[in-house]
Order: sequence, then C-alpha cells, then structure tokens
Amino acid sequence: MKNLTVSKAVTALMLAGLVLLPLYSQASGNVFILTLFTRIVILALAAASLNLIMGFGGMMSFGHAAYLGIGGYAVGMLAQEGVGSGFIQFPVALAASALYALVIGALSLRTRGVYFIMITLAFAQMAYYVASGLARYGGDDGLTVYKRSDFSGLINLGNRTQFYYLCLACLFGVLFLIWRIVNSRFGLVVQGLRSNEQRMQAIGFPAKRYQLVCFVISGTMCGLAGALLANNTDFVSPAVMYWTRSGDLMVMVILGGMGTLFGPVVGAVVFLLLEEFLSQITEYWALIMGPLLLLIVLFGRGGIMGLLGRFNRG
Amino acid sequence: MLLVVEQFLNGLQFGLLLFLLAAGLTLVFGIMDLVNLAHGSLYMMGAYFAATFAAWTGSFLLGALLALGATLILGIVLEMSALRHLYGRDHLDHVLATFGLILFFNEAVRLIWGPAGLALPLPAWLTVPVPILPGIHYPAYRLAIIVVALLVALLLYLGVMRTRIGMLIRAGASNREMIGALGINIKLLYTLVFGLGAALAGLAGLMQAPILTVQIGMGENILILAFVIIVIGGIGSIRGAFLAAIFVGMIDTLGRAFLPNLLRQVLSGAAASTAAPALSSMLIYLLMAIVLVVRPEGLFPANRR
Repeated sequence: MKNLTVSKAVTALMLAGLVLLPLYSQASGNVFILTLFTRIVILALAAASLNLIMGFGGMMSFGHAAYLGIGGYAVGMLAQEGVGSGFIQFPVALAASALYALVIGALSLRTRGVYFIMITLAFAQMAYYVASGLARYGGDDGLTVYKRSDFSGLINLGNRTQFYYLCLACLFGVLFLIWRIVNSRFGLVVQGLRSNEQRMQAIGFPAKRYQLVCFVISGTMCGLAGALLANNTDFVSPAVMYWTRSGDLMVMVILGGMGTLFGPVVGAVVFLLLEEFLSQITEYWALIMGPLLLLIVLFGRGGIMGLLGRFNRG
Repeated sequence: MLLVVEQFLNGLQFGLLLFLLAAGLTLVFGIMDLVNLAHGSLYMMGAYFAATFAAWTGSFLLGALLALGATLILGIVLEMSALRHLYGRDHLDHVLATFGLILFFNEAVRLIWGPAGLALPLPAWLTVPVPILPGIHYPAYRLAIIVVALLVALLLYLGVMRTRIGMLIRAGASNREMIGALGINIKLLYTLVFGLGAALAGLAGLMQAPILTVQIGMGENILILAFVIIVIGGIGSIRGAFLAAIFVGMIDTLGRAFLPNLLRQVLSGAAASTAAPALSSMLIYLLMAIVLVVRPEGLFPANRR
C-alpha cells in the first residue's frame, strides 16, 4: 500500500464519516448534529467552488459570498412569487449566479493581484446593498422561505435526512466536476495561467477568456450552495453575502489547503466545528478565532492538507 | 439652492474624511506592500478612544487629542507585534491575517465597551450653524471637519514632498533594498509610516464619531469605500486617493440626496421609491466599474518602476 498517504487516509475517513452521519444521528437521536453538518456540507461546497478559482486558477476572489446570496434570493424570491418548483428555482439560481459571475468577472479580470481582491470585495458589497434595498423582498430584515423547493415527489427537502443526502450528493458532484476540470486541457491552461500568465499568452492562449470561463463555473457552483443554504435555513437575508462571509470561505480554503481537491472540505469541517466549539465555551469566541487565524497564516503553510503531507515524508 | 450647497458641502466633507482613511491605506500599501484590512478597525478604535477620553476629561478637544495619540500607539504596537512579520509575504496572507485582526478587534470592543454603541456629544460651540454665504448656514462641526482634513492633507503633502523623512518614505517606496543598504533604518521607517496611517484612520474615526454613533463594525463599510477610492485613484498614489476620495464622497452624497427625486420624474412613484435606495448605493460601484473599463490601473497611478 505504497500510495496510502496520511492525507488520503484522513480524507477517506472524513468522507466516510459524512456519508454515515445520518445513521449516527438517527441511532443517537441527536438531531442537532445533522442540522450542523448540513450547514457544513453546504459551506464546504461553497469553499470548494472558491478553491477552483483561488487554488487552481490563482484568482483571489474576496466576494464569493455574493453567489450564496444570489442563489438564495433566487429561491426565496421565486417562492414568494408563488413558484415553488425546485425544477424552476434551482436552474434560475444557477443561471442568475452565472450571469452575475460573467459580468463581475469580465470587469474584475481586467485587473490582477490586490486590485482583484479589492474589486471582487467591492462588487459583493454592492450586491449586499442592493439586497438590503429590496423592500419588496424584506430589505435589511431578509426574506422567509415558507416552503422549501418542491421536487414533485422525487425528493422531499422537508425531510432532514433526504435533504442532507441531497447536499452531500451536490458536494460530491461538484468535487467530481472540479477534479475533471482540473485534469482536463482547460484546467491545465488555467493552472498554467496561474503560474505564468505572460508565458501562456505568448504561447497563444487567450488568458482572460479561460479565466473568465473558470470564474463563471466557480460562481455557478457557489450559486448552487446558495440555493441549498436558503432551503436549509428557510430564510435568506443580505447578511448571507456580507463580506465577512466571503472572508470565512477564504479561510476555509486556506485552512484546509489551497489547490487540493479535498482541502476546502477539510477546511470547512474544521473551521465550522471550531467555531461551534469555541462559541460553546465563550460568547467572545472571535477573540480566540482572530489571533488563531493570524497564527495559521504566519506558521501554517499549505493548510491542513500540507501538514498531513509532511507527516508522510517525515 | 440651499439644499444643493448644503449637500455639496456634505459631499466634500464625506470625501475628505474618506481621504484620511484612504491615504493611510495607500501609504501602507505603496511603501510596505501590505494590504491592511484592519485599517477599518483602527478607524473604529479612534472613535471609541475619543468617546471614552472625552467622557473622562470632559473636553471634546482633549479627548480627541488623546484618542489620536492612542491610535498612533496602537498602530505602532500592532505593526511591531504582528504585521511586521507579514512584509514580503503573499497578499493573500495579508488579507487573511488582517481579517483575523478585524474579528479580534470587533470582539475586543464588544468585551470592553459592550455591544451597544456609544455617543460622542459635541461641545456647544461646535453645534452652532455658521453663515457661509448670505442666507446660507452650515453646521460649524462639519465645517471644522473640512478645515481640519484639508489642513492634514496639506501637511501630508508637504511632509512627504518637502521633508527629509518624506524623502526617505518616497525612496523606500521605490527601492527598499537600496535605502536599507544606504544605512537607513528601514524597520523604524516602516513602523513610523504604519503609525502615521493608523493615526490618520483614527482621526477620520473620531471626527466622524459625533455625526454617526460609535459602534462595532463601523469601520468595515467605510473601509470598502476606501478600497473603491484606492482602485479608482490608483494604488499607492496619495494625489489619486485625494481626488478619487472627493469624487466618491460627492457622488455618494449627491446621489443619495437627489437621485430619488430624479427617478420620480422618470418612473412612477412606487417604482422610483423601490429602485432609488438600491440604485443610489450602487452608484459608486458603477463608477468604479466604468473606471476599470476605461483605465484598469486607476485614474492617477503612482509612478512605479
């Protein structure tokens, strides 16, 4: 078993844990853990989508939470207007996210580096303010989704276990898609652009077009997470796309290991469990979380996956 | 007419305030190549310090002065303890580390001052309206902000362009290894620049405090505006930051004041009142988008390399 590395073993254990979690929840009667992990799985999906552009594409988007909001608002607004079918809500959520990503990406990709970070942040904040101004859809207070997306008998989102497995299936589907993208010709070009854009352009690749397509794919994936999140909380508000949420997603990616397939999932699980754990100890959990982030940045290169990788060589 | 002049001055005042914040941000970025998200936290701390010290001493001016010193010291401590280790690292590291600092500061403020906001009352002599044009009065305090901010901008310009320290700062921005090799204590210089940026942010915070309430998270929204300004003005350029800040301050203020009425003339009443708040808060981002399309490097990029 030469290929069985520590990081692979940990990943496999974690994935198995995620699949078997509802059984544990049912056996122990612990409903809370299932709700907690539904949220974790959804945010892991969002983090994985961010990792596609940040880790593989080198595009540091600080506005990824905007898609969570757009996907969520698509579901919430359609539900409010009487369109309850998930077969309409979900495609609309994905299309809206893709469209937003196309516009924002086309503008933001004219810049690079720090400018890119600041601009994606600013545009996400714009989306936040626009949502706050939507008086018809709750404005600042947000919008209650009274009825979850209806998939006409195919799957019942009101059932906790079924909803959890739907989220998990979406996560695995997205991870599979990312894996295929990263190893395709398209993915190699995008990764080449991350390492040396000038050289890739000199070879003759239209850099911006490749990056934009990657940006749109990532945004669409995150829109899916947004639509699931709105169903999970039965509620969507501008707070979903507040910029600290974008920061959280970034932290999950870095914490788990940027540019690794399963890193963001590990990061999301660890980050959200840590948050949950710290907030049970003290109300002022961010007082510990903040400096912890600083330490992770200063001393923890490569995230958890990088750390596990080092075990192997040692 | 009265409203137009008043809103125009409000826009100028807001723009100048934004400049104080953006100047510190762009200085730190231009010279140390450090992206500091926690700049907004320093703005918040300036306001909290001012509210506390003013309550202790019973004098607004004394409180403001003490708060200015306190943010300067806080900035220096922050640089020496944490941010110094981030120089030369990836920008993403800066973003994450300073994001952690924001969480820390917000929570520390909640712990020390409680979750409710504070108020910073103005002394009586600053609340009287001052005649500026025949028949037009303007609040003395807002006028004072304009004067102080313009004065600081002038001092900053003279300090950077006409003094020895300013020369070293400019030299450090264009080639840090070289001025280190020439025997200049670059570490000390960086600490000073960061302290200066912190003091500017604190000044903006404490001046804004009497107009708005002092509350947790007050620095975050305005920080994003400062980012927009830097992007529009060109990173590292103080002149660009100044012009872009005034521009953004004006557009934001005038847009919020007059856009609803303008829209009402085009659209029906209900549609206008729905669209106006969303559209007026979008204005500056649209402006940024336009600038990006026309000149991706900003309107007044600093001459780098």
